[in-house]
Amino acid sequence: MTKPENEITWKDLEIGFIVTEPGNASQYRTGDWRSQRPIFDKSKCNKKCTLCYILCPDGCIERNAEGYFEADLFYCKGCGICATECRRKAITMVEEEE
Amino acid sequence: MAKRVGIEISVAIGEVVKLANADVIAAYPITPQTHIVEHLAQLVADGELDAEYIPVESEHSAMSACLGASAVGARTFTATAGQGLELMHEVLYVASSMRLPVVMTVVNRALSSPLSVWSDHSDAMAVRDTGWIQIFVENGQETIDNVLCAFRIGEDQKVLLPVMIHLDGFYLSHMIEPILLPEQAEVDKFIPPNQYPLPLDPVKPVSMGDFAPPIIYSEAKWAQEVNLRAAKEVILQCWDEFGSFFGRYYSPVECYHCEDADVLLLTMGSFSETASLAIDKMRKEGRNVGLLKLHLWRPFPFKEIRQAVKTAEVLIVLDRALSFGGPGGPVCSEIRSALYSEEKKPKVISFVGGLGGRDITVDGFEEIVNRGIEISQKGSEKEFEIFGVRE
Repeated sequence: MTKPENEITWKDLEIGFIVTEPGNASQYRTGDWRSQRPIFDKSKCNKKCTLCYILCPDGCIERNAEGYFEADLFYCKGCGICATECRRKAITMVEEEE
Repeated sequence: MAKRVGIEISVAIGEVVKLANADVIAAYPITPQTHIVEHLAQLVADGELDAEYIPVESEHSAMSACLGASAVGARTFTATAGQGLELMHEVLYVASSMRLPVVMTVVNRALSSPLSVWSDHSDAMAVRDTGWIQIFVENGQETIDNVLCAFRIGEDQKVLLPVMIHLDGFYLSHMIEPILLPEQAEVDKFIPPNQYPLPLDPVKPVSMGDFAPPIIYSEAKWAQEVNLRAAKEVILQCWDEFGSFFGRYYSPVECYHCEDADVLLLTMGSFSETASLAIDKMRKEGRNVGLLKLHLWRPFPFKEIRQAVKTAEVLIVLDRALSFGGPGGPVCSEIRSALYSEEKKPKVISFVGGLGGRDITVDGFEEIVNRGIEISQKGSEKEFEIFGVRE
């Protein structure tokens, strides 16, 4: 949709809420659900094991230009699986308010 | 010209669905609806109707299959009754929310327990808020005429909603009546081809029944509500055109001797036939009584109801369903709420009767009217009375 979702009126919707534009679920900010966010400590990460990247259930962890992993906070729901699974304890979860 | 034939109403429904050239029928048999889908299955098996007949393992599946068929733009029909309608319940909401014009005849049946295969409106009232267009019919001719209208109304580009035609179990479904069945050419002229605007199509993919977060769900529901209310105009138009086409006219609220009546009785479905005989009898005795037959249940005809009862002193509403622990019959409580803000309105008296196939005779309707008048004058401690219950 071209409008931001908080400006969409009922008249803008297709009949029966049918979605005609493919792939628009990517515009859904699931990051809104998060109460904790992952912090990546570069000094502890070896850039090789990829466990956080593989195990993220939302597929929102990507490698950045330097080769380190980071979470896309637009989608990250803060589940903490990456932090639990990281063998080098390079990821910690912190409260959103902090 | 249409031929008048003596035919069981269920079989006539099958014939009319054939004339409407339905593409898909998905159904599960349940008394007292079975003869409808049995006849359709026969028509498809004999090659008389070129349609896909999908026998399913439950009513939940029947309605789900209907959704799929309707979603690709097929003209879709099913029928059910009582417990079957209840089993469909969640899928009914999906049909109306996805704006799929499925047509369904509901052969009204009481709900268990105790088990009853006989007629009342408990099943219909339980699906009141599912977002379907809902029409109650009184006899065989009304049934088949409105099944034809249902396809045209539901598939109208301004409507695109599923339609239920409610007919009383046994009283109508199993009755043999003289019915005028239209000619194929007339039906072809009256019902344009189904052209669903956004069908499931691999060439132009769409996604239906999607996820809606809180920020958009209200807008989706409001769109549905606005649409269902607006459908009334198309329903009225369709009935008008049906009238000029076939010479039989329908209206949301049918008035029988009610223009000058002080006391009005309101009924739905097949009971209206018997009730009108009671009105005839009382009129002959010089009593100023009339009958309102409520045909259009959803969208609710507020304007027509207010207009019809404007000059009456007493309005007696007979429900064929109970709203347990509630204000009385569900139809009566809607009528009361529709009239609440009116300056001049009749006293509204609630009766429940005809539950689980209990018959109400001409004398019975006269008794209801007399008791209703008595309550309007002396009052009653009860929210409503069940007619004929042994206490």
